[in-house]
Amino acid sequence: MKNFALGAAIASAALAAPLSASAQTEIQFWHAFTGRLGELVDAQVEQFNASQDEYKVVATHKGNYSETLNAGIAAFRAGEQPDVLMVFEVGTATMMAAKGAIKPVYQVMEDAGVPFNSDDYIGAVKGYYTTTDGKMLSLPFNSSTPVLWVNRDMLDKAGVAKDAPLTTWEDVGKVLDQLKSSGVDCPMTTAWQSWIHLENLSAYHNVPFASEENGFAGLDTKLEFNGPVQVKHIQTLGDWAKKGEFVYKGRRNEGGADFRAGTCALFTESSAGYAGIKSEAKFNFEVHPLPYWGDVKGAPQNTIIGGASLWVMAGKSDEHYKGVAEFLNFLSSPEVQAKWHQDTGYLPITKAAAELTREQGFYDKNPGTDIAVKQMTANAPTENSKGLRLGNFDQIRGIIDEELEGVWSGDKTAQEALDSAVERGNQLLRRFEAANR
Amino acid sequence: MDKRVTFKGWLLPLLLIAPQVLISVVFFFYPAGEAVWQSLFIPDPFGLSMQYVGLGNFEFLFNDPYYRASFVTTAVFSTLVTLVSMVPALFLAVLADRLVKGAGTYRTLLIWPYAVAPAVAGVLWLFMFNTRIGVVAFYLNQLGYDWNHVLNQNEAMGLVVVASSWGRISYNFLFYFAALQAVPKSVIEAAAIDGARFWRRFFTIVLPLLSPTTFFLLVVNIVYAFFETFGVIHTITSGGPQQATTILVYKVYADGFVGQDLGSSAAQSVVLLVVVGLLTVLQFKFVEKRVHY
Repeated sequence: MKNFALGAAIASAALAAPLSASAQTEIQFWHAFTGRLGELVDAQVEQFNASQDEYKVVATHKGNYSETLNAGIAAFRAGEQPDVLMVFEVGTATMMAAKGAIKPVYQVMEDAGVPFNSDDYIGAVKGYYTTTDGKMLSLPFNSSTPVLWVNRDMLDKAGVAKDAPLTTWEDVGKVLDQLKSSGVDCPMTTAWQSWIHLENLSAYHNVPFASEENGFAGLDTKLEFNGPVQVKHIQTLGDWAKKGEFVYKGRRNEGGADFRAGTCALFTESSAGYAGIKSEAKFNFEVHPLPYWGDVKGAPQNTIIGGASLWVMAGKSDEHYKGVAEFLNFLSSPEVQAKWHQDTGYLPITKAAAELTREQGFYDKNPGTDIAVKQMTANAPTENSKGLRLGNFDQIRGIIDEELEGVWSGDKTAQEALDSAVERGNQLLRRFEAANR
Repeated sequence: MDKRVTFKGWLLPLLLIAPQVLISVVFFFYPAGEAVWQSLFIPDPFGLSMQYVGLGNFEFLFNDPYYRASFVTTAVFSTLVTLVSMVPALFLAVLADRLVKGAGTYRTLLIWPYAVAPAVAGVLWLFMFNTRIGVVAFYLNQLGYDWNHVLNQNEAMGLVVVASSWGRISYNFLFYFAALQAVPKSVIEAAAIDGARFWRRFFTIVLPLLSPTTFFLLVVNIVYAFFETFGVIHTITSGGPQQATTILVYKVYADGFVGQDLGSSAAQSVVLLVVVGLLTVLQFKFVEKRVHY
């Protein structure tokens, strides 16, 4: 007890010290980045703090995406929420439904008189975080989209021609056969199976993942990813798994380690895998656009994003919100965004940042790094390719993971697994609807 | 003769039990009551609103075939964990008890794994069995066995059972070792003079004398398997492949703390409370009858 009291005294003294030392307003910013990404965020914060002396942003790492969201929710319930909370795209519907817990970003900017135009953002990024009437609720921060990573050395060794196309899944199938017959143990693997092979697959082929514009138009949305396009794709992957051409490594990005170690030839993963692959891969690698099915009309549409956005929490003073507005404005400036994009492989979320990166000659020096941007911006998003806004989505992804594992192990057909995932997921959507009625 | 000590008045006895009662109320009755209350609602994660649904959360759960299947998974898992953590512990304790030299060293080494937190133990085992870099997986592969707990349900179950039991063997070992030292040497020597061999003596004399310890460990280990193993499951399998390792408590954790579905999570903890309560009553009613104190 004595130790606790002492600790509390020290902690409160530590908290009070900077306040008494200067009149700076402290802005609490909770994020989910570790390692290289954590360093880059810290650098951004430092740069902002050094650029002015009215506000001091304090960045705190709160665990992985789920843990950070949880920490924010628990803190809000205790009345100790941070000013800015990083929430992954899966939590977007949860945050949007929590009207009393957040302050929309457009409102924050408007009140603080900071110029802000949501049209500065890339369409597919903007769409994910704005209401149907175009108001941006959270600030896009790190967004990526899935691409196909290729170990060129392994393909060469297997005798795959340099110009053999990898544009469609039909093309990929041929290359996989060639790789397998030349004795490659792991011709293809993936990260984030639901995100890449169902969510993005649906958007890319302009078919709905869920009704009500993938949940954008209302809480009464129902899952629809058991349509013919998705079933065909998952069944094909299942057949490849049976032949040992597609190797499942786990629910998250476990496959990344295999690709970087040079044991898997093809790898579907986020464009943000770039930083890791570039620093670890001891082979020639290439980035290709995500393949699509050549026989589906309207494909390729555009892929959708993954990643996180920054939410401003409710219940703070105007002084704090002014600081938050300045900080968010700083983060979305072209220079900061361009550097972030080039360091990490995340998308340049504003058009200006993309333009700046091009002017700096980054894409010429690093071929393939603009593929993700092109793939996302090739077409204007349709209601099937704006993104997803589904409640309880973290759990729904868990269900999809479970059901897909049934396909990879050969226990279920694609149709059975997807039907079951849709039915189970719909129950969770109804619960979310009930909770937010 | 009644040797019971009686207090005069009420104040002192009340004062003496107050700390225990207070701890139970604060750390058990209050949260348990809160869970029962919350299980009747679907709240939003931020605590801004709550929808009263009566027994709707329970209805939702028991209509879900996957939830019902998770009872079977839990039963298999906790039986295996209890067996795998108790039998080797007893075996090691018997061996260590017979040691003349170096018993202290063996004892210390055997107790060590207990100091490892479940989540850390999970990561350690995952490293050994990792399909890409795991040492054990590598040698199994050399022997022609293709280890893949990422997709093989039985292998996944085996791995979480072993990882959950490993540290627990130390705990059980400690109790058995102490209990063995308390077995009167004279009884064993008498049996030896009568010609009973070691294993005969063990099964007819030592094991029955250990039964209070065995019973205690049985209760404690089942509770452990039910409630404290989600760290291991979270780090190794996250409940997969499919739902092969989704035990009840892991689902409580995943739905409540990852999925923000607090109503369902609360209802699940109420169900778990009832299940473990029933199990404990059953154990005390039936198993304890066979215990000789």
